[in-house]
Amino acid sequence: MNSREVYMDHGATTPVREEVLEAMLPFFKEQYGNPSSVHSKGREVRNAVEEAREKTASALGASPGEIYFTSGGTESNNIVLRGAAKKHEGFGHIITSAIEHHAVLDVCRDLEKEGHRVTFLPVDKYGRLDPSTVEDAITPETFIISIMAANNEIGTLQPLEEIGAIAAKHNIIFHTDAVQVVGQLPVDLKKMQVDFLSLSAHKFNGPKGVGALYKRKGIKIDPLYRGGGQEGKLRPGTENVPGVIGLARALELSVEEIPHKINTLQSLRDKLIEGLLKIDEVVLNGHPEERLPGNVNVSFKYIEGEAILLSLDMEGIAASSGSACSSGSLDPSHVLSAIGLDHQTAHGSVRFSLGRGNSETDIDYVLEKVPAVVDRLRRISPIRRSG
Amino acid sequence: MYNEKVVDHFNNPRNVGDLPDADAVGETGSFKCGDTMKLYIKVKDERIVDVSFQTYGCGAAIASSSMLTEIVKGKTLDEAMQVTNQDVAEQLGGLPPLKLHCSNLAADALHNAIAEYRKKQEVAGKG
Repeated sequence: MNSREVYMDHGATTPVREEVLEAMLPFFKEQYGNPSSVHSKGREVRNAVEEAREKTASALGASPGEIYFTSGGTESNNIVLRGAAKKHEGFGHIITSAIEHHAVLDVCRDLEKEGHRVTFLPVDKYGRLDPSTVEDAITPETFIISIMAANNEIGTLQPLEEIGAIAAKHNIIFHTDAVQVVGQLPVDLKKMQVDFLSLSAHKFNGPKGVGALYKRKGIKIDPLYRGGGQEGKLRPGTENVPGVIGLARALELSVEEIPHKINTLQSLRDKLIEGLLKIDEVVLNGHPEERLPGNVNVSFKYIEGEAILLSLDMEGIAASSGSACSSGSLDPSHVLSAIGLDHQTAHGSVRFSLGRGNSETDIDYVLEKVPAVVDRLRRISPIRRSG
Repeated sequence: MYNEKVVDHFNNPRNVGDLPDADAVGETGSFKCGDTMKLYIKVKDERIVDVSFQTYGCGAAIASSSMLTEIVKGKTLDEAMQVTNQDVAEQLGGLPPLKLHCSNLAADALHNAIAEYRKKQEVAGKG
């Protein structure tokens, strides 16, 4: 077993940073009041929650009244899609892409079963959506367009501004699942003309189990739950106070660091891609330029992703894969299929997602270990014997 | 996720590669998940005297292949025909439920190899 640990699965989750944990701790201890209580114990916490809302809003260029705290990206997505569908009278039409996260895709599939019509737009071989296909898909019944800001597996960024302009022109609600982008890249709500945006704290060194939904002022949807009326009745239930405080602090810090972070991450990313592509029969998945600054996704031909992950794990390297065997299902990732990868290439995919804390020595270490792992597995594989 | 035995067979697979003088080769694959396995056997007096494998697949598939070769080496063909995928998984000390599917290659490849061997014998006997 190797003593070195290199974490390259930031697309899955990130560690909570020290400053964030510190900001959260008082709300587990002294400041335990319920923000809805009238007494001072409650009021001081209410103030802290509202301050967190202000910080979150200002990090996104929104106003505090437009921020709703949720339990994470999945819940935010469900609230928007189901809430908009409930608000829509009769059966409507939804436009989304074929490569959305399951938290959008599966909600759309359910809504389809319930009587709505859904268009799952295709993407090109890099995972990019052509905005003109969005406009072509619009019907008089279309009530929402939901397109992710960046893909979680292959990192491809979508042309949100162009899609937003189309949605605005046709007066259709525009939602983006920005879980992978918030805290990584600048987000300009006005330019993108989004009505709803989902984000999740644990993707930017915040705590797990807390997220937010941006809802543009004036847009109305029906809530999924009934309860005590918290979060403007859109997401009732006593607030996850330490989580909310942690989210705001983590967002504040990561947005501040974006200008510096982008360059660092991109150069690490490009170095890793360059090094991996030097290995025989390796292909890059996703867009060469229009991709998340920390995302590297490659397919190693003739070998299977889960076996690669296991071998990397032995070397202390944490990564992920879109292969069937690593997903627990029998099918490879819908994203890799949608960009046209054949079954075998999808099966050999590995995602290295870089983040805060990764250094050049990490990249060197990975590039030192990967060729041997690939070589060993290729020697076991019947598909092609190497050397 | 995997127990020590599985990890050991994955890290140090036994009997990997092809057998240049194999008497028969059994192949099997899963159309669903894409895993593929090739099993080579050398037979003498109805007994498997040597065996090797090549597998394209996940950790469970590679470990199962390796374990199978250990189980069948030295067995008669009739005994080897009795080996099931379940035996392989049991010998490995169990696999996670979701990965059982991936271990279903090994015994199938073996049975295919034996079937091929028998067919060859039959043809040779007639000729």
